[in-house]
Amino acid sequence: MDKYSLFNLFNHARNYHENWQRAWRNPTPKKVYDVVIVGGGAHGLATAYYLAKVHGITNVAVVEKGYLGGGNTARNTTIIRSNYLWDEAAQLYEFALKLWEDMSQDLNFNVMFSQRGVLNLGHSLQDMRDIERRVNANRLNGIDGEVLQTNEIQDLVPLLNCSPDARYPVLGASWQPRGGTARHDAVAWGYARAADAMGVDLLQQTEVTGIRRSNGEVVGVETNNGFIGARKVACVTAGNSGVMAAMVGLRLPIESRPLQALVSEPLKPCLDTVVMSNAVHGYISQSDKGDLVVGAGVDAYNGYGQRGSFNVIEHTVQAICELFPAFSRVRMNRQWGGIVDTCPDACPIVSKTSVKGLYFNCGWGTGGFKSTPGSGYVFAHTVANDNPHPMAAPFNIDRFSSGALIDEHGAAGVAH
Amino acid sequence: MLQIHCPYCNETREEEEFTYGGEAHITRPLDPESLSDAEWGDYLFFRKNPRGLHHEMWNHAAGCRKYFNVTRNTVSYEILESYPMGAKPSVTAETGDKN
Ligand SMILES: Cc1cc2nc3c(=O)[nH]c(=O)nc-3n(C[C@H](O)[C@H](O)[C@H](O)COP(=O)(O)OP(=O)(O)OC[C@H]3O[C@@H](n4cnc5c(N)ncnc54)[C@H](O)[C@@H]3O)c2cc1C
Ligand SMILES: [Zn+2]
Repeated sequence: MDKYSLFNLFNHARNYHENWQRAWRNPTPKKVYDVVIVGGGAHGLATAYYLAKVHGITNVAVVEKGYLGGGNTARNTTIIRSNYLWDEAAQLYEFALKLWEDMSQDLNFNVMFSQRGVLNLGHSLQDMRDIERRVNANRLNGIDGEVLQTNEIQDLVPLLNCSPDARYPVLGASWQPRGGTARHDAVAWGYARAADAMGVDLLQQTEVTGIRRSNGEVVGVETNNGFIGARKVACVTAGNSGVMAAMVGLRLPIESRPLQALVSEPLKPCLDTVVMSNAVHGYISQSDKGDLVVGAGVDAYNGYGQRGSFNVIEHTVQAICELFPAFSRVRMNRQWGGIVDTCPDACPIVSKTSVKGLYFNCGWGTGGFKSTPGSGYVFAHTVANDNPHPMAAPFNIDRFSSGALIDEHGAAGVAH
Repeated sequence: MLQIHCPYCNETREEEEFTYGGEAHITRPLDPESLSDAEWGDYLFFRKNPRGLHHEMWNHAAGCRKYFNVTRNTVSYEILESYPMGAKPSVTAETGDKN
């Protein structure tokens, strides 16, 4: 792999940058792989990377029906934080946040991880009680967090309407300084390039249409480019996971729904942190390009249409204008939707299944971008050892019969 | 924005008047005590979540406040029929999307 470094930048400058190696190969599929990962989003690519790097399993293919990172990875608003309430979730998201902190070095790819801090606003006394509780729980779990007063918030975010006569006055907030944002495409590309360099085959424009079994055990996948043999099949297909499960006659506790976002025209720097509000339901940050990135709510009903309801966008824009009156004149450039895999307890499923050799990593719903490295790490372990990673064990699909749900609706209250 | 027909009001109204009730035709087990944990979990949480025709419940929250069923395509979002609770759908994945 051509290393990205100052030295190489200089070296290639002498040839007018015409001879850079392609970031990854475009291989012809092998007959059989040790592991076929279905879904070339950031989670699937991270799984491939850690399978190769940590477990030495390199006879791996990532099969993607479109292009790498073109699903929810490319559609998300890139908020990263780890301030989840319950121990199981806090541990997993904090593990991921630590991996984010070294990711650019580890992958030799600048993922533009920016720890600009994340604010979750409280607008009522009950919001504030919940915030205090969550921050206390976070600190007990070694996660950075503070409860800020209104004047401290105003200092951090001068454009935020903190006046007491606002329709939903800002009474306080939780503040996680180590949270922030990253460049979504770069995360997918960085993992793809690093996995490819270790021998992982990235097969794009290849849609899995069936999962072949023999004696109840997985033997491969049917695709639009023919059959590909596999000793293990790992599905990381976000909103399409229900369709994948149906291929082997399983159902999942998941419903697929559109989640929307929109971005404005580029502006001069005016917002240098991430602001989220559960109560009025909006979240906003400014990208390095200068556009305001606004996330909306999830649609009320199931859908695979990759577009969302207009009233949801309208509601979000109202909330943003209420919080930031100065943004009411900003022109929005683009709007889109992604299909998120929502789970009843707002927590993911990282699990073996009743079919031998078949694994699922899904249910990240509205908030899985932040967990990308952690998700890939624990899922790779689960697939390699046919046994859940200790951090993934609580996220087993069995919890929907045992009743040991991990209710993160508070921490994940606003889709993000 | 969906335009949903309420079979009780006999009116087609905008989606904002309604709330979603999830997958239709899930019958509550008659004797919950006799179910295994897996069967009870399956009833509570596991869903078909199809890509295509879906039978789902809607509540006319800003109207008659009654629940009814809708058959909708989850990809095109086309609504094929509305029918009252207790009735059976006339369009199913087996009979096919009539259009
Ligand atoms: C609008 C929006 C905003 C969001 N904001 C945030 C945020 O701020 N912070 C946060 O943490 N999370 C956020 N999320 C959630 C986050 O995007 C997802 O949880 C995360 O990206 C999931 O990654 P993934 O790799 O599992 O899924 P994806 O990136 O969707 O990858 C799944 C891939 O599987 C492929 N696939 C599906 N079926 C098949 C098949 N049969 N054969 C081959 N390939 C298949 C798809 O083409 C797709 O590329 C947001 C989501 C949306 C939609
Ligand atoms: Zn009605």
